[in-house]
Amino acid sequence: MLNYFKEIFVGIKSLLIGMKVTAFYGTKRTITAHYPFEKIPVTLNFRGHIDLVVTKKGYHKCITCGMCERACPSGCITLDSVKPEGAKKKKLTGYTLDFTKCSLCGNCVETCPTNAIKYSNDYYLVGTSRHDFHFDLLDRAMKAAEEMGIEWTEPVEKPKEPKEPQAEGGESPSPAGA
Amino acid sequence: MIQKPDPTQETLVLNMGPQHPSTHGVLRVVLHCDGEYVLDAEPVIGYGHRMHELIGEVRDHRGFYANVGRMDYGGALSFGHGHILAVERMLPDLEVPERAEYLRVITTELNRVASHLLWFGAFLLDLGAFTPILYSFDDREAILDLLEHVTGARLTFSYMRVGGVCADVDKDWCDGVLAFVKRMRDRIPMYHKLVSGNIIFRKRVEDVGLITRDMALKYGCTGPVIRGSGIPYDVRRSEPYSIYPELDFDIPTSERCDCMGRYDVRWAEIEQSLRIIEQAIAKLPEGPVMAEKVPKVIKAKGEVYQAVEAARGSLGYYIACDGSTSPYRMKIRVPSYSNLSILKELTRGILLSDLVAVMGSFDLVIPEIDR
Repeated sequence: MLNYFKEIFVGIKSLLIGMKVTAFYGTKRTITAHYPFEKIPVTLNFRGHIDLVVTKKGYHKCITCGMCERACPSGCITLDSVKPEGAKKKKLTGYTLDFTKCSLCGNCVETCPTNAIKYSNDYYLVGTSRHDFHFDLLDRAMKAAEEMGIEWTEPVEKPKEPKEPQAEGGESPSPAGA
Repeated sequence: MIQKPDPTQETLVLNMGPQHPSTHGVLRVVLHCDGEYVLDAEPVIGYGHRMHELIGEVRDHRGFYANVGRMDYGGALSFGHGHILAVERMLPDLEVPERAEYLRVITTELNRVASHLLWFGAFLLDLGAFTPILYSFDDREAILDLLEHVTGARLTFSYMRVGGVCADVDKDWCDGVLAFVKRMRDRIPMYHKLVSGNIIFRKRVEDVGLITRDMALKYGCTGPVIRGSGIPYDVRRSEPYSIYPELDFDIPTSERCDCMGRYDVRWAEIEQSLRIIEQAIAKLPEGPVMAEKVPKVIKAKGEVYQAVEAARGSLGYYIACDGSTSPYRMKIRVPSYSNLSILKELTRGILLSDLVAVMGSFDLVIPEIDR
């Protein structure tokens, strides 16, 4: 009999202790962000889809070696390149990323010999069809250069001088380093 | 083998799942009920089978990085840790920098705390308490913010690399981790006040789902399920890997054997994880985070079984390689699979509402079981 009442007493006490916690946190400021009205800033190291790095001279650093294409486990990356007649190097004509297949492992960024690709900070990606996620990265890089106020200039290849150093500007960004 | 219902018996066959909120995914449990009592519970798995093992066999070793996080969404980093440790054991020339090992352990333990907090919220949701998940997600968000800073992702991390980790941390991040450890320590008494002592909660979980020591051993349970039955089995201690031998931590156990025991063990584990994080941050050496001579194309040879302690128990990778770029065979031993197998014997004759409590206390992650 005594135990019965003791149990009721202990039970009610435990509920009151819990209610005290609820009351304490109930009077505090809300910690949730009300999403469409307020946005949480994206961290710099957030791994979005990849993007081509735009150099200070207004070009990309891709040498179309195809390492990223081979490193990608899902086959998201397609490189198109041509070798203009008389030129020594191949020229990138298209860099397509199929983001619907990408799982953001980061192999492409790490394998790139010239650090030509970086992670973008696109957090709020949305589209109405899956074709919206087939990104043309070359096109995006040109637009990014335009936004940065840099004119997109193709480096002119000097044909007769051997051992010419490839003109490359811009600091290599640290790949996702914290 | 699913038992056919007997029309002469007045039993009800009830499908719990595949879309049931308390099965945490696409798990189906075929129940034979007599009123509110469960006569037989048969788990049916495979609804979320995604061929992770086969994908591991057709891709190269680096190509599997993204898959580890898809198996266990709660504790993705320990799955990555097991995978790269297994591959690294087949590459004897590779010397992993010490800083990378420390970072692996720090992030894995942070992930374990996040996983247990997720379990805490989901377990109480199963029992009908809605508010606690909001408190635990508050803390979990803090961990995810920290992990996002270093891994770049919030859920499906692919941070571990053969030869190291993919990103280094700075001092601010370490301070942030220590601040989180302090914050979490301050919050733990609040959780106990809010939930652990609550009479309604205790009545739901105490003496429910008793797993005896023999039963736990017989079914190969690991993780908090076996430690909740009083057996101090932890891969971090029994088969030490990485830098765990250098760290001082306890293996919490509970002699209760019921759902409450497993609940207590997980809370004690959070505290131990915080201890590990604190020590590892204090000892964090300077240096590179990636080995110098990592082969561009990994051609491993031999076979290896590497077990690590994931958030839900012992996780094992068996990888056999014949010297080509991709493994010949990959087998993944996941903890939830063995933990779930005990369900049929355990739930015979218990109440339907207790079945939910039992399944919640296992911390099942269905993509990990189906994989």
